[in-house]
Amino acid sequence: MQDRTYPDPTPNLETEPFWAAAKDEKLLLKYCRTCGKAHYYPRAVCPLCGSTETEWREASGRGEIYSFTQFRRAPVPYVLAYVTLIEGPAMLTNVVDCEFDDLKIGQPVGVTFRDTQAGFKLPVFRPV
Amino acid sequence: MTSNHLAFIAGAFEHPTRKAIDKTVAQLHAESALGALADAGLTKEDVDGYFCAGDAPGLGGMSIAEYLNLNLTHTDSTETGGSSYLIHVGHAVQAIAQGKCKVALITLAGRPRADGATMAQATPRALLPPEESFERPYGPVIPALYAMAAKRHMYEYGTTSEQLAWIKVAASHHAQHNKHAMLRDVVSVEEVINSPIIADPIHRLDCCVVSDGGGAVIVVSPEVARDLGDRCVGIKAHAEAVKHLSGGYFDLTFTGAVVTGPKAFAEAGIVPTDIDYASIYDSFTITVLETVEDLGFCQKGKGGAFVADGNLISGVGKLPFNTDGGGLCNNHPTNRGGMTKVIEAVRQLRGEAHPNVQVNNCGLALVHGTGGAISTRMGSATLILERNDA
Ligand SMILES: [Zn+2]
Repeated sequence: MQDRTYPDPTPNLETEPFWAAAKDEKLLLKYCRTCGKAHYYPRAVCPLCGSTETEWREASGRGEIYSFTQFRRAPVPYVLAYVTLIEGPAMLTNVVDCEFDDLKIGQPVGVTFRDTQAGFKLPVFRPV
Repeated sequence: MTSNHLAFIAGAFEHPTRKAIDKTVAQLHAESALGALADAGLTKEDVDGYFCAGDAPGLGGMSIAEYLNLNLTHTDSTETGGSSYLIHVGHAVQAIAQGKCKVALITLAGRPRADGATMAQATPRALLPPEESFERPYGPVIPALYAMAAKRHMYEYGTTSEQLAWIKVAASHHAQHNKHAMLRDVVSVEEVINSPIIADPIHRLDCCVVSDGGGAVIVVSPEVARDLGDRCVGIKAHAEAVKHLSGGYFDLTFTGAVVTGPKAFAEAGIVPTDIDYASIYDSFTITVLETVEDLGFCQKGKGGAFVADGNLISGVGKLPFNTDGGGLCNNHPTNRGGMTKVIEAVRQLRGEAHPNVQVNNCGLALVHGTGGAISTRMGSATLILERNDA
């Protein structure tokens, strides 16, 4: 499948470490020191228990497809998906390096990265 | 007339335009307002409460209040996308019950078709929503977001594209009688599933139309309603909820209607089988399917079987829905379908729907709105409305 052009994220005070790590091809998750759970998207305040004691940890990068679609009206059709990480939360992403017709809900996927227009890297997933 | 309602819908007006090349957005709001006031038998001098959402130009309701030269004691610009106007009706009931206003005007209008796709403006960096960098770079276009909900519903419950197509078929049966509808041709299940795929498994005909237009409703106190007579429609219940991605732990097979449906039915003291007519938000066919399940019209997961075989067609099925043709065929002004849902329910309860789709002895109607997007964040709202002499 031909690849598309990836727009840039807009890092802010809360998310700068996520995008810095992504440039090193590491997927970070925010964990809560109080309830112990991971959440997504990353916040300074845990959405699960309200604690402000949160910390970055590197994720396994492994998960499975929760749901997916192929947007066919784009100049280069692409796969939009939710991937449930083995750490718990699900994240919106793209699935790349795949044949759309072979994808299935529940399929194991692993993280990979794509360059964005201005030199960030975006975590996406591919079948493993 | 019954007087046990806290407030009544006295006026409703759907702007006839579907492509407003020759009108401004403010003008469309104003024309819709005047249409609803005339329908109610009121004038703009009577209005003391004004409600609008983000489609109104200017800051909150102030610019349109000035454009119309309204004299207000109450205003509310709650924004939940296309469901905002149902929430405004509910908030108007609360404001009227608390004596904050007596005649509340709610307007919607916009012209995305006339403006083309050139209106997108960059949001200032500080105002970007916190999730945006974790969504926008992946291309989360609206049909694709709804497609993922449909895909998961199919996976968990065996729902089929043919079943989803029946929702469009039913809407098209109704739209053939609406001279203002954008799509008036009756379509078949085969035509829907053979239309081009936009985002698997959503076909072109699973999607609503894109249209310009507007609408307005007037909510009034029982005292004002008494003077205006039986065309007023009682507001029996209102419920609202926000469903979102919950920190990454979510389920796309249901909507916020799982909260608003039971709350609204409890407030009204009725059950789903009491409903004679339903206006159900229909941005896509999957929106309707999940909503009828969540509201309790059928068991969870059985929505496919429920909507099939014409069960949503007036005069044919058990739950006549969107008898104006809905967003799927008639009109989805400025990508916000909540206002037109309220308006068609008012027509049904007044006996003023098109004779070919009018529900016999329509006494109780449900209106449901889904703003934002299922698969990310949605504002859900349910209203239950009652004929004045019911
Ligand atoms: Zn926590």
